[in-house]
Amino acid sequence: MTAFEVRAEGLGKRYGPTRALDSFDLAVPTGTVHGLLGPNGAGKTTAVRILATLLRFDAGRATVAGFDVARQPDEVRARIGLTGQYAAVDETLSGRQNLEMFGRLSGLGGRAARRRATELLGQFGLDGAANRSAGGYSGGMRRRLDLAASLVRPPRVLFLDEPTTGLDPRSRNQVWDIVRALVADGATVLLTTQYLEEADQLADRISMIDAGRVVAEGTPDELKSMIDGDRIEVVVRDAADLPRAEGIFARICAGKPECDPELRRISAPVADRVAGLIGVVQALRDAGIAVEDIGLRRATLDEAFLHLTGRRPEEAGEPVGAVRKVVPA
Amino acid sequence: MTTATRSAVPAPPVSARTPLARLRRAIVDGWTMTRRNMTHVVRAPEELILYFSLPIMFVLVFGYVFGSGMQVPGGGNYREFLLPGIFVMTMLNGLGATASGVAFDLSRGVVDRFRSMSMARSALMTGRSAADLLRALLEMSTLLVCGLLVGWQWRDGVGRALLAVGLLLLLRVAITWLGIYLALLVPNPDTVSVIVFPAVFPLTALSNVFVSPDLMPRWLGAISEWNPLSATVAATRQLFGNPGLGADSWPAEHALLLAVAWPVLLIATFAPLAVRRYQRLSR
Repeated sequence: MTAFEVRAEGLGKRYGPTRALDSFDLAVPTGTVHGLLGPNGAGKTTAVRILATLLRFDAGRATVAGFDVARQPDEVRARIGLTGQYAAVDETLSGRQNLEMFGRLSGLGGRAARRRATELLGQFGLDGAANRSAGGYSGGMRRRLDLAASLVRPPRVLFLDEPTTGLDPRSRNQVWDIVRALVADGATVLLTTQYLEEADQLADRISMIDAGRVVAEGTPDELKSMIDGDRIEVVVRDAADLPRAEGIFARICAGKPECDPELRRISAPVADRVAGLIGVVQALRDAGIAVEDIGLRRATLDEAFLHLTGRRPEEAGEPVGAVRKVVPA
Repeated sequence: MTTATRSAVPAPPVSARTPLARLRRAIVDGWTMTRRNMTHVVRAPEELILYFSLPIMFVLVFGYVFGSGMQVPGGGNYREFLLPGIFVMTMLNGLGATASGVAFDLSRGVVDRFRSMSMARSALMTGRSAADLLRALLEMSTLLVCGLLVGWQWRDGVGRALLAVGLLLLLRVAITWLGIYLALLVPNPDTVSVIVFPAVFPLTALSNVFVSPDLMPRWLGAISEWNPLSATVAATRQLFGNPGLGADSWPAEHALLLAVAWPVLLIATFAPLAVRRYQRLSR
């Protein structure tokens, strides 16, 4: 069989003149987590909806779990689970009724569906709320119920579309634990996120997406090292000193300094770690600039994204929480 | 939560391949969705109470307040004339319930989950249609009792009365498919309500529900007579043996035929349109 559980070659999707997806390639080995990282509107959700058979595409080819997405959608559907950023459960039904219904619709008999629902409610810590309407659940509980609903039939491939958007840190960690457990059990996960930390934490490999295209692909470490390695970072005490400090960075460091006035922070890549650090410290002291914090650190995925696209993922695209449209215009 | 996924549940199913297996799957999944929609009624009965109270209110207001000044052509009790109209009005009121229910589903992620599962694609709509039919049966039973309480009765035997109820339910099925299609056109529950409710009342008033078309200006009477609602009202008046059968116009004389033809035509139009629209969600 194929070594890649999810494969896309040259996928394209247009809405009128807009290319939502453009020559999109993806290859996810079995049993790994692949992250799709990019700003809102980059095409992450479009890619997931196509691979999960919810959306038709105009160009290219895609297979999931060994089946052709366009020609054998029903075979694909029998082997996938999908959890989006909007909880896809029936809000009037209770948690238990939801899981039983999805069990039956996945082809389990009545008794098997009931047994599986009880099992999942226990595993996801929802026993106490089992008979309450899902509409009254907290955000974290709803997301867990949603994940449980994707697992009534253990899927070979799980699509997670921004699974932790809008969750508090504790609920987010719970979701991460569930995802890790799934992968330990052999599932393949395709995860979209705009949180670099999430991709860094969970994903074996990451595709960075911008304007419907993959702009970079690799392990988190590879992507970080695509930009100029180590950076030196300084927080000055007085924001008025920032322009002078920036001048010093520009003189000593290897690359263009990046300045964040709000945090009074400047950072820039350095070629020689030790010489660079000493040089900056000395120059700052000579200039009489008071420093609150100084250090060397590895580049973040955030910087990698900035480097590749010229934008931060949070800045680009439409605001978070934009109203979802069911029928694309 | 380390064993969150694996359990004794069997491996992914081979999806239904033969036509017979697909039909079986469509029935099983349709029934699951019917149960889902019926559970909604049980878990949120307020809506049902609203839909019950409206026709009962109309019986009281029109039957007793306006009814005193109403005429029935050919003579007869106005409340007996009115009740078949109220039955039809109740079926029509189901349009709002159907449309906003489907629109609500579509505005949430739950339809995405249904569409990403290997279930029968028809189940969302057949389940809705079957559940609404069961609901209509419940509403009809209540209204029949209510009618008997205010002095209405069927006069030509139980057989013809059941046939009349059958015609009412047929109309309800047609209205369900219209509602499903509307919701797919405008998948926003608030917008759908705004469209449906102002449309329902004039449609009822421009029929023979409250007033016989004979008593209206000629052009208005013609519109009323050809209104699909009027066909079912006239046919059920005939089958229940209630007064007010109307004048010697073609639609009045062929009420039974029209009471079957109109709903069948509506179903044949809106069911395929709704199915096509549902499939186009993947565009």
